[in-house]
Formats: sequence, C-alpha cells, structure tokens
Amino acid sequence: MAATSTAPLANAPWRRYLRHPMFLTGAILCLSVVLLAVFADLITTRAPERTRVSQAFTPPGESYLMGADNLGRDVWSRVAFGSRVSIAIGFATVVLAGVAGTLIGLLSGYYRKLDEPLMRAMDALMSFPAILLAVGITAALGPSATNAVIALAVVYAPRTARIVRASTLVLREMDFVAGARAAGATDARILLRHLLPNCLGPLVVQLTFVFAYAVLAEAALSFLGMGPPPPAPTWGNIIADGRDYLREAAWICLFPGMAISITVLGLNLLGDGLRDLLDPRMKIQES
Amino acid sequence: MGAFIVRRLLVTIVVLLLVSLISFSIMQLVPGDPAVVMAGLAATADQIQAIRVQFGLDKPFHVQLVRWYAGIAVGDMGQSMTLGRAVGQALIERLPATIGLALVAFAMTIVIGLSAGILAAIRQNTWIDQLIMTLAVVGVSVPSFWLGLILIIVFAVTFDLLPAGGYVAFAQSPRDWLVSLLLPAFSLALLQVGLLARITRSAMVETLRQDFIRTAKAKGLPTWMVICKHALMNVMVMVVTIIGIVFSLMLSGSVVIETVFSIPGLGRLMASAILTRDYPLIQGGLLLTAAMFVLINLVVDVLYAYLDPRIRYD
Repeated sequence: MAATSTAPLANAPWRRYLRHPMFLTGAILCLSVVLLAVFADLITTRAPERTRVSQAFTPPGESYLMGADNLGRDVWSRVAFGSRVSIAIGFATVVLAGVAGTLIGLLSGYYRKLDEPLMRAMDALMSFPAILLAVGITAALGPSATNAVIALAVVYAPRTARIVRASTLVLREMDFVAGARAAGATDARILLRHLLPNCLGPLVVQLTFVFAYAVLAEAALSFLGMGPPPPAPTWGNIIADGRDYLREAAWICLFPGMAISITVLGLNLLGDGLRDLLDPRMKIQES
Repeated sequence: MGAFIVRRLLVTIVVLLLVSLISFSIMQLVPGDPAVVMAGLAATADQIQAIRVQFGLDKPFHVQLVRWYAGIAVGDMGQSMTLGRAVGQALIERLPATIGLALVAFAMTIVIGLSAGILAAIRQNTWIDQLIMTLAVVGVSVPSFWLGLILIIVFAVTFDLLPAGGYVAFAQSPRDWLVSLLLPAFSLALLQVGLLARITRSAMVETLRQDFIRTAKAKGLPTWMVICKHALMNVMVMVVTIIGIVFSLMLSGSVVIETVFSIPGLGRLMASAILTRDYPLIQGGLLLTAAMFVLINLVVDVLYAYLDPRIRYD
C-alpha cells in the first residue's frame, strides 16, 4: 500500500528529465520567464509606469532596448514587469482550477450518484467558448487581476475535473482500493491518500497546459480591457496600447507578443515533455 | 441506434437547461445592483429605477429565472441595453460575418492541418516531421490577436497586399469577401492548425501500424493510394469528433480577432457589449454560442455513432 501511494513524480530519476529535449527546452524557457519576473527590478532602469513624452516612439536601441511607447514609457521595463502579472495570474488560476477540478473529479469518479449531476454541470460550463465565458464573468465581476483568476478558474476547472475523474474511475476498481477499504480506511482517506496520489501524473500534465491556456487567455482578457486595469503593465495591455501605433511604432506590440509566445511555448513543451515522461502509455498513443 | 439517440437527446436537453442557467447567472454575479452599473455614473435615481423595472431586476430571483426560461422558449432573449433592440435579433444579424470567418478559417485548418499532419506521419522521425511538429507547437503558443497585428504590419502596412481590416459581405462581392477574410481567418486558424496537425500525425502513425495497411501494401497498392483510401478514412473519423471543439475555439478567438480586424460579427459585438456592460446582450451571446456548440456536438456524436457502431454501446 505504501508503494502505491507514492507519486510517480518521485520515482522518476532527474537525469531522465534532463535528457528529454522537449522537457529541457520547455524548462529553460519557463525558467527564463520566471527569472525575468523575479529580477524585473534589477534588470530594468526605468519604472514601467513612468512616462516621458519627449522620448515617445523612441525606436529600440541602446537607451531603450525595446523602444518607447506613445507616452515615452520603456517597453522593455513594461514587458519585464508584465511577466509578473502573467505568471501570477497563470499560477493562481492553476492553483484554483487545480484544487476545484481535482475535488470535483475525485468526487464524481468515486461516488456514482454524484457523477451524472457533476459531469453534466461540467459539460455545460465547457460548452461556452472559453474566452467568451471568461470575459462574460469578468464583465460582471469587474475587471481586476483577482476577478480574471476567478473567471479563468471557472473556465479551466471543468477540463481538470474530467482528467481526474477519468483516472479515478479506473483506479477505484483496483485491488489496492479494495484493500484500503477492507483495512477500514474512510472514504476521505481513500480519496486523498490512495486515489489522489495516483492521479498526480495526468493532473500535473493537465495543469501545465492550463497554465499555458491561462497565460494566453489572460493576455486576450487584458487586450479586450478586462484584465488588471491600466496603467498596470500586462502583456495584453501593452499590445492593446500599441495597436493604434502599428504603422509608426510596431515594436510596442511586437515584444510583449513575443514574451507571451515564449512563455506559452515553454509551458506547452514542458507539458508535452512531462506527458512523455510521466505516462509512457500516452506516449505510445501520441507518437 | 434509436436508444442511443434518445439518451443523447436527453443529455443534450439537460446540458442546454444548465447552459441557459449559467448564462442567466452572469447578471447575478454583478456585485451590488446591476441596474446601477448598467445605468452608468451619471444616472439619476429615476433612471436607475426605470432600468430595474425594464429588465425585471425589481422582481425576486425565481420570478426573473422563470421569465428568462419562458423568454428563451419563444426565442426571446430580452432587450439590449445599448442597442435598444431585441438581443436575439442583434445577435442573428451579426452571425453571417462570424460564420463566414469561421468557415474560411475552418477550410484553412483542414487543408493545412491535415496535410501537415499526414506529411509528418509519413516522414516520421525525419527532419520534415520534426520541423512540422515544431511549427505545430509554436502555432498553439502564439496569441491569435498578436499574430493578427503582426500579419497587418507585414501584409497591409509594409507590402500593402491585403486590407488591414474591414469586411465585405459575400453577396456584395465573393472575391472581396474572401480577400477581406484571409488575414483574420489565418490568425484565427493557426491554433487549430497546430492542434489538428498534432492529432492527425498521431492518428496517422497509429493507423499506418495496423494490419490492414500492411495487407494493402502487400497487395501491391501504391503508397499514395494506401494513404488516401485506407489510412485517411480512419483519420477523418477522428477529425469529425473534434469539429465541435474546433468550432468552440474559433468562436472564442473571434472575440479578439474581430476586434483586431474590425469585422462586424458576433465576437466584436460581444467585445463591445462587455465594455458597455450590456448584460442582456452578454447573456444572449453566451447562450447562443454555447447552444450552438451543444447542438453541433449532438450532431457529431450521432454521426460518429452511425459511423462507428462500438460507440453506441458505450
């Protein structure tokens, strides 16, 4: 019983991870974005909100690495500080959607009576186009970082619940669960100590992709004016601001978009790599 | 088959009821009084009260809910705040542009995604495969609205080859219609192209391993025929199952893409409804798009069960 409750994560030797090109590339990309967020203060010379109209539309060069925007704000500084918002919102969404989705998935997979109502509710939530539901919710709650997280969690929790439910359905029929039950384990103990750890592999993979979707969706939300309100720098905000100056100052849009793409690419590669490494069965299906 | 359809229909009805409940609940999420938010900052108490009465916000929750369902039953989704007209009418009017955009994007997705996926599968583990799969993962990582802006910079601003935005109705000029949709459709399609290429490749690789493919090859059929006649059919069945998801992703993307390219479709209507806090319009738009998704999935599932009898006994 002890062996079965060990997460597959813990079993994998780290060398295997480092030898996997997709995982490694993804990890390096993600790490660079995290470093950018952590050291944003140190690697920029101007505050992201500081305007200096005389420097407006300075092209990328020595003094302004990524150029200046229409108000003379430093695009590099805004992109660097914007990474904090993207990572924070993405991570918070992963935590919230992860906890809610896992709980719903476990309950729905374990208790047959809860399965129908819970899964139909998840189906209903997943019927809405993701961005549309997220902007609808933030339009009601009001645009802010917290509300963006709530909206994105509502959108992505059902997708997580489905994955956990699928694993739980298979696991609950296994001998070790019957064994635990025979040994007098309560349902809560079976769910959390026996089923949950065995769902972790697919769950971690799924949450990596949720992180990627959340970064993309947050950018779209900000772009539409439903993210953290300006002048807070978010990648979506910066692109929305630069949209009116495509002709004369394309760099305002160019760099934040590259930052989004690199982050999401890193997370997608990390997710693909983790899927190969944690679940060899899926690799056979995929390749 | 009959029993399967009946069961599937019942589930659809339940999901549709839940979908409309969720759409309805959007207004309930507004902190404080939605009438105050909708009326705007300059509104007087009388104006707020008028809005409250007009949208039935003065009634208890259950009365509002019954009204909402009763309205939907006869196709009435209420009145738009900002447009001063029926929500249903406003949405339907905007539908052709969005469907046109989705159709062109869908055609691009199928043509590019399928051929890239098949090519990668045939040339499995060569540099072509690696290049296509790298492009596919980049494709699913680039934000569509940003891609749209970059395409505008390249094709409209720099080379002046395609319009930077705007929309021409199909009836007016089919050629201009297509030209006006090329850039937005490609921006919208790239994500799905990446997804489809990846799915097609794995389905194809799986299929090419099957015995019947070996038999076909052993019979001496040329490779292209083995792929087109035997393997592709199998892959197509798999593609059918993701049509609903592709459609949903496109509606999602249309909100930003139609904003970027100034296309008068459903997505842009929703984007402006959100900024003006036009809750009835937001509710209607959510309901309409989700209902379309549910119905498309119903059709897809029934088709799929018809094509593959194993599904019926699930």
